[in-house]
Amino acid sequence: MSASADPNRNRAVDWALMAYIVLAYAFVFAPIAASFVFSFNSDRFPSIPLGHFTLDWYRAVATDPLVWEGARNTLFVGVIVGVVSTALGFGAAYTDYRYNFFGKQVYLALALLPPTIPVIILGLAMLAYLSRVGLSGNALSVIISHVVVCAPFAMAIIRLRLSQMDPALEPAAWNLGASEWKAMRHVIVPFTMPAILGALFITMAVSFDEFAVAWFVSGLNETLPVKVLGFLQGQVSPRINAIGTFVFVLSMTLVILAQLLLSGRSATPADKE
Amino acid sequence: MRRPITLYGLTFSLPLLVWQILFFVFPLLFLVALSFWTVKNFAMRPDFDTVNWTTMYGRAVFWQAYGTTFVLATAASFLTSVLAFPAAYAIAFKLSDTARRWAVFLMVIPFFTSYLVRVYSWQIFLSDSGIINVTLGWVGLGPLPLLNTVGATMIGYLTLSFPLVVLLQLFSLVFIDRTLIEAAHNMRCGRLRTVFAVIIPSARTGLVIAALFCFILSFGDFVSPIYLGGGEPTTLSILITDTTKSGQQWPRAAVIALTMIATLLAVAFVAVKFAYKGKSK
Repeated sequence: MSASADPNRNRAVDWALMAYIVLAYAFVFAPIAASFVFSFNSDRFPSIPLGHFTLDWYRAVATDPLVWEGARNTLFVGVIVGVVSTALGFGAAYTDYRYNFFGKQVYLALALLPPTIPVIILGLAMLAYLSRVGLSGNALSVIISHVVVCAPFAMAIIRLRLSQMDPALEPAAWNLGASEWKAMRHVIVPFTMPAILGALFITMAVSFDEFAVAWFVSGLNETLPVKVLGFLQGQVSPRINAIGTFVFVLSMTLVILAQLLLSGRSATPADKE
Repeated sequence: MRRPITLYGLTFSLPLLVWQILFFVFPLLFLVALSFWTVKNFAMRPDFDTVNWTTMYGRAVFWQAYGTTFVLATAASFLTSVLAFPAAYAIAFKLSDTARRWAVFLMVIPFFTSYLVRVYSWQIFLSDSGIINVTLGWVGLGPLPLLNTVGATMIGYLTLSFPLVVLLQLFSLVFIDRTLIEAAHNMRCGRLRTVFAVIIPSARTGLVIAALFCFILSFGDFVSPIYLGGGEPTTLSILITDTTKSGQQWPRAAVIALTMIATLLAVAFVAVKFAYKGKSK
C-alpha cells in the first residue's frame, strides 16, 4: 500500500468500502446480538421497545427437565464425537502427510467430502441405514453420524499443523534409533498437540450445534439443538434465545481455547516456512 | 516415497477409511437401494420396483419444488457472491494485517453460533410487530409483510452462507499477485476496471468455489424456507422432511434425496470446470 498520488486512491471510495465492511458485520452479528439482548428481555413476544431486564427465560430453561436431558445428551455426544473424530482425523492427516499410495485421491475424498453433502440428505441416509442395521434412535446413532461430519474438520486442522513441521524431523528420530512408534510418540504427537486439542474443541463445538442429522437419527435421545428445533416448531418462545446464548458462550469458549492453542505455539523454531 | 504396507501405517490410515465406508458410503449407497423398495401397510419391504421414481417424477408438486429450489439456490449464490465481494475486497486490500486478522476471526464466529437461533432471531426482526416494522411505524410507514416471504428465505440463506463466502473470497483475493494490480495501475487502468479486468479473473477459482458452496448450502437447507419463508413455496428440503417425518415414505424421500445429489454433482462439476478453465492443474 503506497503511492499517495495514485489516481486510484480515492478517499470517498475508501470510506464507502469501510462503511460496507461495517454494514456486512452488522448483518452477520445482528441476529447474534439480538438473541443475546432478548434473552434478558421480559416480553413474551420479543420486539422493541424493550421490556425490563429479566432472567426469567434462563430460569424457565434451567428448570425444564427436557432441556437438561437435552444438554446431557449434547454433552455426552459432543465429548465422544470430539475424541473419536480427532483420533480418526489425526490418523488420516498423518497418512496424508507421510504416505503416497495408489488411490490416495479417493482416500482423501472420503476423508474430506462428508461436510459438503447437505445435512438433510445425510440425515435421511443415516436414518434409513442405521435403522436397517439396528442402530437408530439412540445416542450412538447421533455419535456415529456426527463423527462422519466432524472427522474431516479434525483432519484439516491437524494436517495444517503437520505441514508446518520440518519433514526431516521424523527421519532424524529414526536415524537416532527411534522406532516408528517412538518417533510418533516423542516427535509427531508433541508437535501436533496444539492442533490435536484445537481439533478436539472445534469438533465438539460443531457437534454441539448440529441439529439436522441429529434430528433425523436421534429418536428419543434428542440433543439440545434438536430441542431448539422443537421449540421453533412450537410456539414462539424467548427460551430459544436463552439456550442460544448459553450454547454460544460455551462454543465460543471452546473456539477461543482452540485458537489460543493453535496460535500459541505456532512460532516454534521447527517452523521453516 | 512408496513404502511397504506396515501395521504401523495401517493403524493410522485404516480407522477413518473404515468409518467413512461403513457410515458414509454405505448409507448413501443404501439410499439408492431404498429408492426401489416398496411400502405396504406402512411397512417398507426390500424390492426392486421403480414405482417410487415414477410416482415422484410424475407429480407436478415435485417438479415445482425442484424448480423453486434450483432458482432460489441460484439466486442465493449470485446475491451472496455479489454482496460478499465488496466486503472481501475491502478486507483484503484496505485493512492492515492486524485488522484483517481480526476481521477473519470475527467472520469465523458465526460458524459456532446455532443457525437455528440466528433464524429465530431474524423472526424477531421480520415479524409483523418485529423490530423492523416497529421502526418503520415510528416514521409512519408499514407494517410491511416481511416474514413468510421469499425475501425472508433469502435473508436466511445469506445468514447461512455469507460468512463462508466472504472468507473463501477473501482467501482467493489475498493470494492474488499484487504486482499484477500495480502493473494495471501503472498502465492507468482505473479502479473499477482493475477489479473487473485483473482482480476478478485472478481470483476466479476462489469466487466460483465460494458461490458453489453457497449453492450447496442453500439447496439443502430446510430451516430458512420453513421458519422464515413460511413453507411456501415448497422446496425439495421441505418435501424430504415432510415425506420422511410424517408419511413413512422413506423410499420416496430417497428419490428426492438422490435427485438432489445428482443435481449438486452436476452443478459442482460445471462450477469446478468453469473455475479451473484454462488453468493447468
